[in-house]
Amino acid sequence: MAHDAPAAALPPLKQVVSDFAADRQSFQVPWGKAMMWIFLLSDTFIFTSFLTGYMHVRMSTMEPWPNPSEVFALHLFGRDIPMILIAIMTFVLITSSGTMALAVNYGYRRDRKNTVLFLAATAALGATFVGMQAFEWTKLISEGVRPWENPWGAPQFGSAFFMITGFHGLHVSAGVVYLLVTAKRVSSGFYDRKGSYETVEVAGLYWHFVDLVWVFIFAFFYLW
Amino acid sequence: MNHAVQSTEGHQQHPLTIYLWIWVLLFVLSAFSYMVDYFHLKGMLRWSLILIFMILKAGLIVAIFMHMAWERLALKLAILLPPLCLLVLIAFMAIEGDYTFLTRGSAFIR
Repeated sequence: MAHDAPAAALPPLKQVVSDFAADRQSFQVPWGKAMMWIFLLSDTFIFTSFLTGYMHVRMSTMEPWPNPSEVFALHLFGRDIPMILIAIMTFVLITSSGTMALAVNYGYRRDRKNTVLFLAATAALGATFVGMQAFEWTKLISEGVRPWENPWGAPQFGSAFFMITGFHGLHVSAGVVYLLVTAKRVSSGFYDRKGSYETVEVAGLYWHFVDLVWVFIFAFFYLW
Repeated sequence: MNHAVQSTEGHQQHPLTIYLWIWVLLFVLSAFSYMVDYFHLKGMLRWSLILIFMILKAGLIVAIFMHMAWERLALKLAILLPPLCLLVLIAFMAIEGDYTFLTRGSAFIR
């Protein structure tokens, strides 16, 4: 990409104009990364639509909204600890984001062993997260939460909960598979032969996005 | 802006310490947001703290973990500007939700 060297020296806005000028590549990144970002942008719209729908039903319901702090409390060590499972899930997901960042970093250093190790750790933490979510769903379903009713108040609570956390859990599950495939390819030397570890960074983008969505779900659904 | 030059080559290689620091920060911020719930903070204080911690966490993830801070402005604008449309959706739905609530209140008097 030698023809881009002068563009990099331009002031930021002129660089944007130059990048978007006709008859040339707009984004000076590998196509996989640009497409992943555009996919994540579309996913942002989907998750925001879900969260906005949740906001709407919560604002418009005549019945009191169940208190998430109590709904998601766990009885541990002889007392109810509010939201403890959700807090642990949050920490698990953040830890997985950290290990993913390290995997990408080791990938660029061509350190195959550590890249595979941290990718596998990330996938394992993701699987742990999904497992805890399955436990949470089982607990709530056994307490009588359904998409159309629940014992504590506004019936919309169940539908918003299952839709939002279900769709997020699906993303985490897909991400675990994605990471395992990437880890297998790293260990087989696929990216060494290809001469580039950018695909690991693209997988990382997806994984960090899953963590990013959880930040918003945690704030708006669980803490609000 | 020598980082911008670096990213034109498609490389996003940064020192490990940056990631470790951001990791620690995300842990601390998550602990803070959990504390908001644990200590039963209420009202504006609760909501503003939740939003501040959320925005800080989201910003750190996008800027550092997702390397957006080192990308060129063209990609930043293309990805970060469109979600602002969603603020319009949120505003409309908030008005609509309020309206539905008031309509229900006046229609189903209990």
